[in-house]
Amino acid sequence: MLTIENLHATVDGKPILNGLDLAVNAGEVHAVMGPNGSGKSTLAYVIAGREGYEVTAGSVTYRGADLLAMSIEERALSGVFLAFQYPVEIPGVGSATFLKTAVNAVRKHRGEKEYDAMEFLKLVKEKRTALGIDDGMMRRALNVGFSGGEKKRNEMLQMALLEPALAVLDETDSGLDIDALKVVASGINALRGPERSMLVITHYQRLLDHVVPDRVHVLAGGRIVRSGGRELALELEKSGYAGLGLEPSAAA
Amino acid sequence: MPGPRTIPFDYPAPGAGPAVALPGAGTPWLDALRADARGLSANGLPGTRMEAWKYTSLAPLAELDFSPPPAHEAEASESADPFDAVAGPCAVFVNGRFSAARSRLDSLPAGLRVTGLAQALADDPAGVEGLIGGTGALNGEPLAAFNAAFAADGCIVETAEGVEIEEPLRLRFAASPGVAPLAWHPRVVVRLGAGSRLTLVEGHDGPAGAATWSNPLADIALGGDATLSHVKLQVEGPDAYHTALTRAALAGGARYESHLLALGARLARHEIHVRLEGEGAACWLGGGYMARGSQHVDNTTVIDHAVPNCESREVYKGVLDDTARGVFQGKIIVRKDAQKTDGHQLNRTLLLSRKAEIDTKPELEIYADDVKCSHGATAGEPEAEQLFYLRSRGLDHRTALALIVEGFMCDMMEEVPHEGVRAVLIERVAAWIDGGGCP
Ligand SMILES: Nc1ncnc2c1ncn2[C@@H]1O[C@H](COP(=O)(O)OP(=O)(O)OP(=O)(O)O)[C@@H](O)[C@H]1O
Ligand SMILES: [Mg+2]
Repeated sequence: MLTIENLHATVDGKPILNGLDLAVNAGEVHAVMGPNGSGKSTLAYVIAGREGYEVTAGSVTYRGADLLAMSIEERALSGVFLAFQYPVEIPGVGSATFLKTAVNAVRKHRGEKEYDAMEFLKLVKEKRTALGIDDGMMRRALNVGFSGGEKKRNEMLQMALLEPALAVLDETDSGLDIDALKVVASGINALRGPERSMLVITHYQRLLDHVVPDRVHVLAGGRIVRSGGRELALELEKSGYAGLGLEPSAAA
Repeated sequence: MPGPRTIPFDYPAPGAGPAVALPGAGTPWLDALRADARGLSANGLPGTRMEAWKYTSLAPLAELDFSPPPAHEAEASESADPFDAVAGPCAVFVNGRFSAARSRLDSLPAGLRVTGLAQALADDPAGVEGLIGGTGALNGEPLAAFNAAFAADGCIVETAEGVEIEEPLRLRFAASPGVAPLAWHPRVVVRLGAGSRLTLVEGHDGPAGAATWSNPLADIALGGDATLSHVKLQVEGPDAYHTALTRAALAGGARYESHLLALGARLARHEIHVRLEGEGAACWLGGGYMARGSQHVDNTTVIDHAVPNCESREVYKGVLDDTARGVFQGKIIVRKDAQKTDGHQLNRTLLLSRKAEIDTKPELEIYADDVKCSHGATAGEPEAEQLFYLRSRGLDHRTALALIVEGFMCDMMEEVPHEGVRAVLIERVAAWIDGGGCP
């Protein structure tokens, strides 16, 4: 599904990713952990194609294609989804209008029939109820004035509606209360399937109790420094990054 | 380099043919007023060395030979009525002249009176003197002098005390360009009785064609606790010049709301003066402007807090593309006695091109010491972060930008209380984004 080789990337001329290798097969869920500032969000942005994140070396291959050659929207249309660590507020743009535009853009690209207003309403209702999102939120401007937890749930709603092939979840668990975490985790699990891969960036074992990863990676200093099974996350929970011989401050 | 103080301007253009007789001619007070105003207009158009006209040059207008439209009704080379779908009474003016045949004023709600100005001057000039008379009409405003000297028609709107008029009253000013440049100067007078409420929807539309210059002057007086919601849509054609001055005076507890959507004309200036004259009066000035090509759009406002305990809110938002130019001048005056004034002003502009430009000049003149006043301005490209977020959901750049721009503007339009009117404005914003919105 996703193969990253020797990825180097800079932001404002500052090297952030320094030779990152990572491979995720179809159907797998990989967790990425690592100290603050180690480059996790940078990796997510490079995958999504954000401007200003310059790839200076290496490659990212997605379903056999050169992901880096694709525009932001091409990536999204072909199934790449990023759940933002900090979802962006867009004043005046209704959440429902936005969702319909996005979902229909993706469906059109896949050669599927676009939803009409009624069909879409029904679908949104089903998905948002599962995520505990009330109708009021849908009628508000996109993310504007949403609480931290509401924003994260809204990201999960978008993921559920867009049905991506590769989802990158950047700290979707941060800012969620205990119940919301369970709701979001079961939302993620509901989407797990043989054709879908996920990269789950998190600081906490908590989420991984519910969303059990196939692999766990530690990102530090812009590279993957350790990989292992789910027990690696448990080990980190106990001894921290220092236990791996990594000082959080030395990582950035 | 400072420009001229005034720009020489012969109006009506020499050789325009015989002068059209103005209504009420022969009435002494009116003849005197017109003579004074004509004298002032002979000084020319305001130049960019005048502080209030620093950013808006009328030089291109002065180069054209404008004359008043002929007395007979113009042939209908018109655009569609933008508010067609809005029910209710409607006064139609073609090239500044009231058209009884095209107006819909036969079943006005009780307590609302709408009179054509030319008709009123013919029937009862003395009754009009209190409404448009006096040198106060000129008050150092160069373009008001043109209006006072040359207004051939207009409209008087009055409500009785305490009436609440549900349906909006529309004033539609349709331009019907001729072969040569035409100019008109409609005069609008609005008097709301104490405690009454009205929604007034002013539309200015016109097709592409020869140059036109509309120079409307509106004088609004709100009685105690009266509320006027004043919507204005400006969608004249690409060869139109539009210079409007609206003056509102508010008695205690009155509320004036202005909601502007300005899309049309080659050059447009929307100037609003509000005087808060009675305690507890409040005003909301909301303006949206969208311009592209080489359009120039100017919003100039003066809010005068003359007494204590009044509130003013002002938000102007603009979208400028290509080499369009915007101007926002917002002055708030707080007189010495106007303690506890609460006045806030904001101007935000999205620049869609590197060559688009906005000049913003806030001016707070505060003579009282216990007041809350603020102003702010932002101008810049749409936020990269917002574009990235939308595109990361599969929207192409164009669609993402359109959503952001629409959201930015429609946020303003949401303030319009009347649902049907609001829907028309929102549709116009969307059409503008699609490349249309005005001729
Ligand atoms: N525009 C920028 N200019 C300079 N440095 C930047 C810029 N954006 C990010 N960085 C730096 O890049 C490094 C990696 O940031 P990134 O957001 O990828 O970290 P992270 O691993 O996601 O951290 P966290 O766990 O706190 O979310 C940080 O040191 C950050 O300060
Ligand atoms: Mg991060």
